[in-house]
Amino acid sequence: MFRVEVSVKSGFPEPRGEALQKDIRDLGIATAEQVRVSDIYLLEGKLSHKEVNIICRELLADPVVEEYSIGEAPLVAIEDEHVHDIEVAYNLGLMDPVEESVRKGILDLGITTVEAVKTAKRYYLRGELSAGDIELIRDKLLVNSAVQHVVTSQEKVSLPSAIYSFSLEEVDLLALDDDGLTRLGEEKLGLNLNELKRIQSYFSKLGRNPIDVELETLAQTWSEHCKHKTFKSRIRLGEEVIDNLLKSTIMRVTEELNKPWCLSTFKDNSGVIDFDGRYALCFKVETHNHPSAIDPYGGASTGIGGCIRDPLGTGLGSRPIAATGVFCFAPPDFPHDKLPPGILHPRRILKGVRAGAADYGNRLGVPIINGALLFDERYLANPVVTCGTIGLMPKSAAQMGRQQPGDLVVVVGCRTGRDGIGGVTFASAGLTGEAEAVSPSSVQGNPIAEKKLIDVLLKARDRGLYRRITDCGGGGLSSAVGEMAAETGVRVDLEKVPLKYSGLSYTEIWLSESQERMLLAVPAASAEKLISLFASEDVEATVIGEFTNDKRLKLFYQGNLVGDLDMEFLHNGLPQLEREAVWQPAQYAEPDFAPPPDLGDDLKRILSSWNVCSKEWVIRQYDHEVQGGSILKPLVGVNNDGPGDAAIIRPVLDSDMGVIIANGINPKYGDIDPYWMAASAVDEALRQVIAVGGSLRRVALLDNFSWGNPEKPDRLGGLVRAAQACYDTAIAYETPFISGKDSLYNEYETEEETICIPPTLLISAMAVMENVARAVSMDCKQEGDRLYIVGTTYNELGGSHYYSIHGFVGDRVPRVNPQRGKKLMDTLSAAMEKGLVKACHDLSEGGIGVAAAEMAFAGGLGVTLHLGKAPLGEPIARNDSILFSESNTRFLVEVAPEDSQRFEAAMKGVTFAAIGEVTKGDRFEVYGIKGERVVSIALAELKEAWQKPLRW
Amino acid sequence: MAKVRTLILRAPGTNCDEETAFSFEQAGSLVDSAHVNELVRGEKLLSQYQILVIPGGFTYGDDISAGKILANELRLKLGEDIQRFVDGGGLILGICNGFQVLVKAGILPPVENGKSQRLTLAGNDSNSFECRWVYLSVDQKSPCIFTRGISTLYLPVAHGEGKVMAEPGTLSELNVVVRYADEGGNVQAGYPHNPNGSADNIAGICDGSGRIFALMPHPERFIRWTQHPRWAREAPRQHGDGFGIFLNAVDWVKSS
Repeated sequence: MFRVEVSVKSGFPEPRGEALQKDIRDLGIATAEQVRVSDIYLLEGKLSHKEVNIICRELLADPVVEEYSIGEAPLVAIEDEHVHDIEVAYNLGLMDPVEESVRKGILDLGITTVEAVKTAKRYYLRGELSAGDIELIRDKLLVNSAVQHVVTSQEKVSLPSAIYSFSLEEVDLLALDDDGLTRLGEEKLGLNLNELKRIQSYFSKLGRNPIDVELETLAQTWSEHCKHKTFKSRIRLGEEVIDNLLKSTIMRVTEELNKPWCLSTFKDNSGVIDFDGRYALCFKVETHNHPSAIDPYGGASTGIGGCIRDPLGTGLGSRPIAATGVFCFAPPDFPHDKLPPGILHPRRILKGVRAGAADYGNRLGVPIINGALLFDERYLANPVVTCGTIGLMPKSAAQMGRQQPGDLVVVVGCRTGRDGIGGVTFASAGLTGEAEAVSPSSVQGNPIAEKKLIDVLLKARDRGLYRRITDCGGGGLSSAVGEMAAETGVRVDLEKVPLKYSGLSYTEIWLSESQERMLLAVPAASAEKLISLFASEDVEATVIGEFTNDKRLKLFYQGNLVGDLDMEFLHNGLPQLEREAVWQPAQYAEPDFAPPPDLGDDLKRILSSWNVCSKEWVIRQYDHEVQGGSILKPLVGVNNDGPGDAAIIRPVLDSDMGVIIANGINPKYGDIDPYWMAASAVDEALRQVIAVGGSLRRVALLDNFSWGNPEKPDRLGGLVRAAQACYDTAIAYETPFISGKDSLYNEYETEEETICIPPTLLISAMAVMENVARAVSMDCKQEGDRLYIVGTTYNELGGSHYYSIHGFVGDRVPRVNPQRGKKLMDTLSAAMEKGLVKACHDLSEGGIGVAAAEMAFAGGLGVTLHLGKAPLGEPIARNDSILFSESNTRFLVEVAPEDSQRFEAAMKGVTFAAIGEVTKGDRFEVYGIKGERVVSIALAELKEAWQKPLRW
Repeated sequence: MAKVRTLILRAPGTNCDEETAFSFEQAGSLVDSAHVNELVRGEKLLSQYQILVIPGGFTYGDDISAGKILANELRLKLGEDIQRFVDGGGLILGICNGFQVLVKAGILPPVENGKSQRLTLAGNDSNSFECRWVYLSVDQKSPCIFTRGISTLYLPVAHGEGKVMAEPGTLSELNVVVRYADEGGNVQAGYPHNPNGSADNIAGICDGSGRIFALMPHPERFIRWTQHPRWAREAPRQHGDGFGIFLNAVDWVKSS
């Protein structure tokens, strides 16, 4: 085995080392004077020294800035006692895409004898560092023990070749009593007693015990993740009985509105709407919370990767054109010494998730155009990591395909390994203090493999080479094949599935969650063409079985029948859950404190709060321009750094139509009442659509609930209220839901307490825009323009940022009147379509104060506001309440003086008022109800307050 | 007159191919795209095209270093074809990853057989991927045919490894076409105007003939006014700044 170390030549700058040095300083260790990082490549195979030299010179080391050494000795001499070195490698069995690329690169050089490659990183830390410092740096920055280890001895390069010898594993289910069933359900399968009894009786009728793979298939198919059992359960809430929450709220909106442009909702891998009669758009948003808590980088990258395969597997396949990311973490300044054992620090999770999402999205060439970052201490052990993908396809490919008996089951893409086995049942259970120890083999993403897959799949789609497609996600082949074959039946020969390494049992092959795989139903006559098309772009396509017409799932391994389940039982045998819910309104008193005479400092504090502050550091590291469709970018304004409300892209380059992507989320309101939190989230997502020049004519919504344990009645009570608000609000706005997802059990138990995340509902909106030239950005455009407030301000500061910075929650949570809201949004949207509005910003966290400040510094222009002119829905005597109230359905709008009459005429019938003007100066000034000045600050000071916190 | 034909080269991880193809179509060229395997296997022939484009992306994941594996493929498997294409008067444009590929393949600046590349594109000084808009100043002495008649450009960059670094003495031999600058054209403005710390603020270079041109910024992302980050607040223009680069290339082929 050869060991190659590649380092930056001395005297050349080393940005990787400098960045790490900064992270070390952030840990509170100031004595790391210099940090260097080198890349280690371990090459196994029959190689001469000369060949390794060629590999280094022509492939591994850059001739200008890098140098290399071959052999055992580290390149940098470390006789110096002030230099500490740590070498870190990924655990064996985890896929590292770089290894694959290195092998290809070596083959291209004409060297064919390399059998295995492994990579590692070696860190050299120079400075007065104690053993404790080194340990801290290692554990907090360099090594994630869930997926990596410190190299202390000879590193193994290839997996020892394991041989799997077949033996049929029967589970003695029939002999188990209730206690035994309960234990089996809790410890292995994630099913409850009632569900296991149903399974026991099924097999009892057959007169045999289940094979392990049958039981696991049932557990996967019946998991919360796949079946959304809570949302479909029978819930008792006081006097009320809700039979299937999903159907009676979210899906009911879609059914009752019955929009002709909704092409496919709640049945395929994502929801599909008509774009322009020629093309269709689909959108799916998924959470990837649990994996991201343990391995932030891998969790987020597979989150994006998996979510991109949803549109790819929708209809007959769509091309991913944009992505979103909404992440919730504990505050980055959370004290290290208060961190419970086994939990990664939120700063590390944030950095890892950001990097994972960006590295995957950027490599794939899917622009991440919209998102949010929210912070609350209760996300410490359970971060919420949400990724969304929008896809574009010909309208003729919008509907789910249908296979015919005799069609072949073809798996395409990456090979199958032990990745993520048990991931689905894991995601349905709460985390414990042993999180890292019990984590399933982490799943790693390979964006280039996915890109290759997308490119060639869409070619196959356009050539009509397959009849149906779906993705391999949670539950792997078991879910994908099981679902696709539900109406026909299928037989699968598991030994035909291509493997990454030997030694997998038939059950592991069936359940593996290896990434970058899709499943196709291919007519036998097309199979050869399809396989050779895939081969031409170096992607594997393998026939693993055949669809039948016996409505049975039959699994074989080397000719042995290892599973035989009735499709009807597999898909419809699950007994409906019965759940109890209670709802008691939270008790937070309205605070009583004297209003500060000057509100400038409070405004700055809100602008500096983690939720409100600039996210430019994240956004600039996403390629949000790729594919060339960008119309309104996430950052807008005179210096390209203001916070845009929603993103707009042009999905078809030769058309003037656009797509608006927006989101609404505010967990703070959920502490008071999840009903109004959900209503506010819908309202916020729609406000953003309107603010950028869109309309309510064709808006599709998606829901993502991240919640606590639904078996606890209070958590479930909140969930029911939130879902009911989704119905009440969306039906009035006439905006159907097209897809959704839930992640429950986001709770963490320590010895003393249970930490449950705040109720978190993300509403994503996708709106069709008829003419992108009508887009409006939020930055102030010109001095002398008028500023109008549109909508009514109430004394609603419950859950507001203003109360939050003063240490209060409050009781009066912002409400929504969607009937009035619809009229208001329609009216404003019509005025904007007439070109009467130069800038528009939606009012959300921080109310008028934050929105006006953002418009001012994004436009580089002063603003003067008069709070006494704001239309109020009730008497409010306090300036701070008017300035910072977070009442819904409000906008700040900039109108040129010459257009103001026409604007006012167009707005007839809804509440609005001129509240201020754009000024030449560099000052942000607010006058109170009595005409007194309550804020006067230089723009630069406001902007600095807003930009500083996340300028990392 | 025969139509101009442009070939967009694809490899695993290429991701700016569609918008680049669209830009050339808008400029009046016929456009094909080919997977590198198709060229290697001879299923598509470079000789049937006048313009070859290596577009942006992360070929082979940019594993090892950006563009390195595709660069080796071009050098080792298609080297003669590319040399013939260049000798026959063809144009080559490398954008972002394409720039990295051309440099590491020894195509730009051209590296003589047996010699080693003396220029490279290294990791950004910020150690971060940078997606932002930059002003470019066009060197008026440059022989580059792609930038004829253009003096400034405003384009987005989106890369993690765009820092031009050269062995001592080689910078002065380069045909620099575009340099990072501020809005007023000052090329010494520093970060973030120069987003990666590039030596001599170099954003793009060409060969001595002016027919091989590569740059880190993305002209294909600004061919229409609505792609400008401030189009919603500034007076409209007919085309984006990047469009001229495609038009120049197509017009040059037409007229030669």
